[in-house]
Amino acid sequence: MAADTSRRDVPAAGVRRGRSRPGERLIETLLIVAAVVSVATTIGIVASLFIPTVEFFGQVSIVEFFTKTMWTPLFADKHYGVLPLLVATLWVTAIAIVIAVPLGIGAAIYLSEYAHTGTRKVLKPVLEILAGIPTVVYGFFALTFLNPILIDWWPTADKPEFQNLLVAGIAMGIMIVPTVASLSEDAMSAVPRSLREGAYALASTKMQVSTRVVVPAALSGIVAAIVLGFSRALGETLIVTIAAGLKTADVPTSPIQGAATMTSYIAGAGQGDLPVNSLEYLTIFAVGATLFVFTFALNVLSIRLVRKFREVYE
Amino acid sequence: MTTPDPKDAAMTHPAPPLITTAVRLSADDGVAHEPVLTLKDISVFYGDYEAVRGVDMAMAGNQITALIGPSGCGKSTVLRSLNRMNDLIPGARVAGTISYHGQSLYAREVDPIELRRRIGMVFQKPNPFPKSIYDNIAYGPRVTGMKVTNMNDLVEQALRDAALWDEVKDKLKQSALALSGGQQQRLCIARTIAVRPEVILMDEPCSALDPIATGKIEDLMINLAADYTIVIVTHNMQQAARVSHRTAFFTAEVDEAGIRHGRLVEYEDTNKLFTNPNHKQTEDYITGRFG
Repeated sequence: MAADTSRRDVPAAGVRRGRSRPGERLIETLLIVAAVVSVATTIGIVASLFIPTVEFFGQVSIVEFFTKTMWTPLFADKHYGVLPLLVATLWVTAIAIVIAVPLGIGAAIYLSEYAHTGTRKVLKPVLEILAGIPTVVYGFFALTFLNPILIDWWPTADKPEFQNLLVAGIAMGIMIVPTVASLSEDAMSAVPRSLREGAYALASTKMQVSTRVVVPAALSGIVAAIVLGFSRALGETLIVTIAAGLKTADVPTSPIQGAATMTSYIAGAGQGDLPVNSLEYLTIFAVGATLFVFTFALNVLSIRLVRKFREVYE
Repeated sequence: MTTPDPKDAAMTHPAPPLITTAVRLSADDGVAHEPVLTLKDISVFYGDYEAVRGVDMAMAGNQITALIGPSGCGKSTVLRSLNRMNDLIPGARVAGTISYHGQSLYAREVDPIELRRRIGMVFQKPNPFPKSIYDNIAYGPRVTGMKVTNMNDLVEQALRDAALWDEVKDKLKQSALALSGGQQQRLCIARTIAVRPEVILMDEPCSALDPIATGKIEDLMINLAADYTIVIVTHNMQQAARVSHRTAFFTAEVDEAGIRHGRLVEYEDTNKLFTNPNHKQTEDYITGRFG
C-alpha cells in the first residue's frame, strides 16, 4: 500500500514513452503492402481484360456482338454474335440456381432450426467437405453417372444429347448446394435466440419461426450465399466443358442440347493455337469481359435488393 | 395499491376489454378467485440438475402474481415452465403437475403451440421482430390463423390496450427497432395481447428500462389485470409491492451434496408478505439483509 501511495506522487511517470516500438511500424507496413497488392492485382486483371476487349470492338461492332445469333469466330465463315454462348450460360446457371436455392436453404433451415446439436456437428463439416470436391469430378459425375440416368428416364422420344446443358446445370446445382447451405446456415444461426423465443411465445410452429422470423432476419446473409453460388455457377468452367460440350454455332433452343457457355468457349479457344492479337484471339477477351460485366451487374443488383428487403436485427 | 404519477395520467385511458371469453373471472377484490394455474410439487430439471424443487402454488384469474427472490432461485425457470418455453431447451424436464383450468399442461394431448396462444410471454429484454410496428402486432394473429375481419382495427386496439397507440399511430410502417426501449417493451406487450391470451407471463419486463418507462409498464400491468391473469418475475421488490396482488418469495438453497436448488419459501398476499412475512428468510430478503 505504502509503495502505491508514493508512486502516485509522479502520475505521469509510467505514461511517458519509454522506447519506440519498431515492430508496430513493420507490421503496419506489411499490412499496407498486403492490401495494396490485392487491390492492384484486381485493377491489373480488369485492365488486361478490357484493353484487348476495346481492340476487339474496334473491329467488330458491339451491336452485332450482342444481336447476331451465330458465334463462329473459329470457322471459315466467321460470325461474331455472342448470343449462343450467353443463352447457354443462362440456361446452365438458371438450372443450377433452381436446384441449389431450395436445396441449400432447405438444408440450412434443417441444420439451423431442426437438427439436434449432435446431428449438426456431424453434418456441417460433411457439407463443407462437399464444397471442396474438385469441379472436374462433378463434370465426370454429370457425364458418366447423371446423364445416362437422365437419358433413361427421359419421358419423350426426343432424348437429351450425349452432352447437354441440363445435366451440366444439375451437376453445377449440386456443386453449389454446400456453399449456399453452409453460408445460409451461418446467417441463420447468427439470428438472436430472443427473436425465436418471441415468436414461439406467440404460438408459432417451428416452421413459422423458421420462415417468418429467422429467414427474413438472416436474409442479407442468405442472399449473399445465393449470389456467391450464382457467381460460382456463372464462372464455373470444367463442369460445362465436360458435360455440355463445346458446340458454339447456334443459340440452343432447349437445355437438352449440348452447347458451349461463355466460360467453356474461352477454355476451348484459349488452348494455344490462336495467333496472338488476331481477331479470333481477341474474342476470348470480349467474351471474358462480357462475363465479368454480367457477374458484376448481378452482384450490384443483389446488393440493392438485399438493402431493400432485409430486416436489420441489431 | 399505487397512486399513478400525474405525469402518466395522459397515457392511461379507458382501455376497452379485449377478451370476453367464458373463462373470464371477477376481478373484484374480496371475492375468491378461481385458480387459473395450479402447481403441485413442481420440480424443473436441466438434464440431471434439479434447478427448482417442490413448488406448490396457484395463480388466480385476473390477478397479478409476482415471483421474487435472489438470482438463481429458479423464479424464471418456474415462469418459463408455465407456457412450456422450457420445451425449447434440450434436456429440460418438469416433474409434478401444472394444471391450467384443471388440464395438466404437460399431458401428452396438450398442444404447446395452442397453449402458448392462451398463455403469452413478455421477455426481459424487449425483443420486437425486425419488422414494422404493424407487422409485429399482426404477426401473432397471422401465424395462429385467427379469423380477423379487420387487421387494422385489431392492430389499433392492441396498441391502445398497451398504451402505445398515441405514440406510434403515425409510424406504423416504420421499423419497431426505431422505438425506445420502453416503447419496444410496450410493443411486445401489445403483440402478446393481439392473440388474445388469457394469461400473460412477464419475465423481468422492466429490468432493461429506465424508471419512467418502468412506471408506464407498471400502470399498464395494473390496467391489464382487469382482463388478463398476469404472472411477473421481478428483481425489484418495490415493483412487486406496487403492482401485485400476491407475491411468491423464492430462494436458493444448497443441499447436502453442495448443489443449489431453487425453492418456494412463502406465497402470500402481497401486503401481508411485505408487512408481516411468515418466514425469517422472507423478512431478511425484503428488509435487504440478504440477496
